[in-house]
Amino acid sequence: MRWGRRPAEDADDAVATEVGVELRDVGHAYGERVVLDGVSLTLAERRVGVIGGNGSGKSTFARLLNGLVVPTSGTVLVDGLDTRTQVRAVRRRVGFVFQDPDAQIVHPTVAEDLAFGPHNQGLPDDEVARRVEEMLERYGLAGHRDHPAHLLSGGQKQLLAIAGVLAMRPRRIVFDEPTTLLDLANTRRVARVIDELEQDVVVVTHHLELLGGFDRVLVVEGGRVVADGAPGETVPWYVARMG
Amino acid sequence: MKSRDLAYVALFAAIVAVLGLLPPVPVPGLPVPITAQTLGVMLAGSVLGAKRGGLALLVFLALVAAGAPLLSGGRGGLSVFAGPTAGYLYSWPIAAFVIGLLTQLFWKRFNLAWALVANMIGGIVVIYAIGVPFTALYGDVSLWASLTGSFTFIPGDLVKAVAASVVAVAVRRAYPVIELPTRHATAG
Amino acid sequence: MLSLYVPGGSVVHRARAGLKLALLAALGVGLFLVESPAVMAGAVALATAVGLGVARLPWRALAVQVRPVWVWLAVLFVFHLLVTDLRTGSVAVLRLVALLVAAAVVTATTRVTALVAVIEWLASPLRVLGVRPARIGLVLAMTLRFIPLVAERAARIREAQAARGAVRLRAGMAVPLLIQVLRMAATVGEALDARGADDAPARRPRRRTAVAS
Repeated sequence: MRWGRRPAEDADDAVATEVGVELRDVGHAYGERVVLDGVSLTLAERRVGVIGGNGSGKSTFARLLNGLVVPTSGTVLVDGLDTRTQVRAVRRRVGFVFQDPDAQIVHPTVAEDLAFGPHNQGLPDDEVARRVEEMLERYGLAGHRDHPAHLLSGGQKQLLAIAGVLAMRPRRIVFDEPTTLLDLANTRRVARVIDELEQDVVVVTHHLELLGGFDRVLVVEGGRVVADGAPGETVPWYVARMG
Repeated sequence: MKSRDLAYVALFAAIVAVLGLLPPVPVPGLPVPITAQTLGVMLAGSVLGAKRGGLALLVFLALVAAGAPLLSGGRGGLSVFAGPTAGYLYSWPIAAFVIGLLTQLFWKRFNLAWALVANMIGGIVVIYAIGVPFTALYGDVSLWASLTGSFTFIPGDLVKAVAASVVAVAVRRAYPVIELPTRHATAG
Repeated sequence: MLSLYVPGGSVVHRARAGLKLALLAALGVGLFLVESPAVMAGAVALATAVGLGVARLPWRALAVQVRPVWVWLAVLFVFHLLVTDLRTGSVAVLRLVALLVAAAVVTATTRVTALVAVIEWLASPLRVLGVRPARIGLVLAMTLRFIPLVAERAARIREAQAARGAVRLRAGMAVPLLIQVLRMAATVGEALDARGADDAPARRPRRRTAVAS
């Protein structure tokens, strides 16, 4: 179990393509307000969880991983690509699922929304259509192909949001509190979906039970990573700390 | 234009559409019930500013033209752009743009008074300056007849200008969209 | 509410959106050039026949689009009876009914994406001014997505305020609602970036088959 800061170890491997995600002394501030400070670590595990209280900086942490937020100090490298200068390439590699699926579904109907990401990637129409079909089948949305997205249930909306990201075939996916707005049944369903993904995933969450089979869990507090290790160690530590 | 601006533009186009779903509100003392859609025009300009506000109304009109029944009363399609009151529709993007321009001009000392100035010039003067002559030309009636015919709507428009100004000032205080000093991402 | 599209495989469904819109526009202009009640009645019958017979739409799909305006049409008719005459009144009302039904048929048989693609195409000359047509299409689609969303959030805020004892507080509702949806739109902006919206190709990619042939 590692505590506090962890020095950047693989600095020289930055140009290699399989180093995973590396943060080097990363800080982020919104104006005067510092939300992350001095975070250095490498994420190469298949399943990484991030937990911490409201306002701890974990949401900003998640956004750093695909360049939605660029660090105000330090560097974030995704497979050796700098999120500051190669943000488009980074975003092709790292999908992002938001807490509120309503904020992520941008097209009025299910099939149209699924086509959005692949189309942006410049894929030919028949390939886009194939991916849409694949996602409709895989997530039980085939009966809702032409339905307006707002008529889906909360759980179905989140599945659509996830499917919309998967249709772009990213190598890794960051989830920002994917189950916060869901009921228990849908939380379990989304947990299962995440579990079955072949991609590397980083999940920011308040639902600790999601992290059972994870390889590594980070605890973020006051803009710093205060604990880092296997879930069997960090999760009980975090729970105990919360009193 | 950033992706966020595209979302803001779409949002206000949608807000104008939703305001069209509201039934006309009868106000005691006013001769005609108030329809809420021009309130959306005023809000688009005074919350988003000139460029994004004007675009929001262009987007709204494009959807109406494409056949979406988004005008109050469920009207839509190309026919509404050929009717005698179409001039008022054409004025909306310009009105939102002018309101936005004035709002940006007053932004540093923006308060209820300045908001009222912006909304009354852009949301009433501009709209009538375009709508009234259009109707006069279209229906082959005198400008004066066209103008007096629209007078019944002025009290309602004043009420809307006040409402839009109150809301715009409150939104500026809580979530300023014009001239963002720093990025407001959801931290936490 | 706004997905007026009714899936189907008829000739009308399969016709190009641009063609349908062009015909609708032509009808809109054409009907204003004639003043005959018989022609107007014929146009209403034709539009209805195309909708119900050829496109095989359920009559409700058309009624839903005409219903909101029938009071307004009735008022217009009465106005004409008082101010002009029966003939002018019936022409004015039937013309609007014909256009409404025709527009309803186009809307019910055409996917939003297809309509949006036509608008993108119409906007392509704006490329000279630095406007990217694909982004116009995106904003139009997003607006259609946002309309039910804004209505839903408005209803939720009204409920929340009612639960706290506020029976009628229309203006007080607007501010929290606007702030909530503005925040949401900011997140949507992030989601657009995350899903590669700024990565979109300048031109729509061609079908692979077209490239191969």
